[in-house]
Amino acid sequence: MELTRRKILAIGSGTLALASFTGLPAFASLTDEAIAALTGGADIGEGVVVLTAPEIAENGNTVPVKVEAPGAVSITLFADGNPVPNVATFNFGPLSASRSASTRIRLAATQNVVAIAKMEDGSFQMAKANVKVTIGGCGG
Amino acid sequence: MASGVKPRVKVPKTAAAGETITIKTLISHKMESGQRKDDDGNIIPRSIINRFTAEFNGQNVIDVTLEPAISTNPYFQFEAVVPETGEFKFTWYDDDGSVYEESKKISVS
Repeated sequence: MELTRRKILAIGSGTLALASFTGLPAFASLTDEAIAALTGGADIGEGVVVLTAPEIAENGNTVPVKVEAPGAVSITLFADGNPVPNVATFNFGPLSASRSASTRIRLAATQNVVAIAKMEDGSFQMAKANVKVTIGGCGG
Repeated sequence: MASGVKPRVKVPKTAAAGETITIKTLISHKMESGQRKDDDGNIIPRSIINRFTAEFNGQNVIDVTLEPAISTNPYFQFEAVVPETGEFKFTWYDDDGSVYEESKKISVS
């Protein structure tokens, strides 16, 4: 095969695209594994959990997030673009009022934040929010 | 890290019986994630607060498991029901074994 300039460019962009495809979902599948470990592969519903996160976070070191899930026993937060997807688990006790919590989290890059709530009847509910991060929060 | 850790909690002083109140907590802690490297390329070991609990008269309000993805100076805001006069007790557990405590009284009128 004769290597023309055009062909080399085509090969180059092909491998680049491949690299970017294999790069990101590696983290995403970590998140899927972590979620599966939490739910035990049970079906996850949507609609009950309210996850409030900014659309654009200028500083990935402190991104304010709020989760609320009436009737939840616990809520676990995941960030699918972080080196470690787990962020925090909130376990609500008998004196917890609204089953909601706010905190500030670190996000390494633009990614999805996922909240999984375990409900009182043992079922699972989820919510997802995409956050665009201008400056990542994992240091270097 | 045992130096410079200072918990701060905001709880209303009074409430009606059964009222829902908002609690804000913050503790100064660097929350070293274990992902960063120093100038020589060595990984800085993880040093975070890994658990936070809030109790009212011995009954659990919230129990949080923290991972390195929680920001420096971990902040939490949550809501609690106050059935009677009593004391909120907040506890933070450090990776190095230290335990930081703070308590706030609240009276029901």
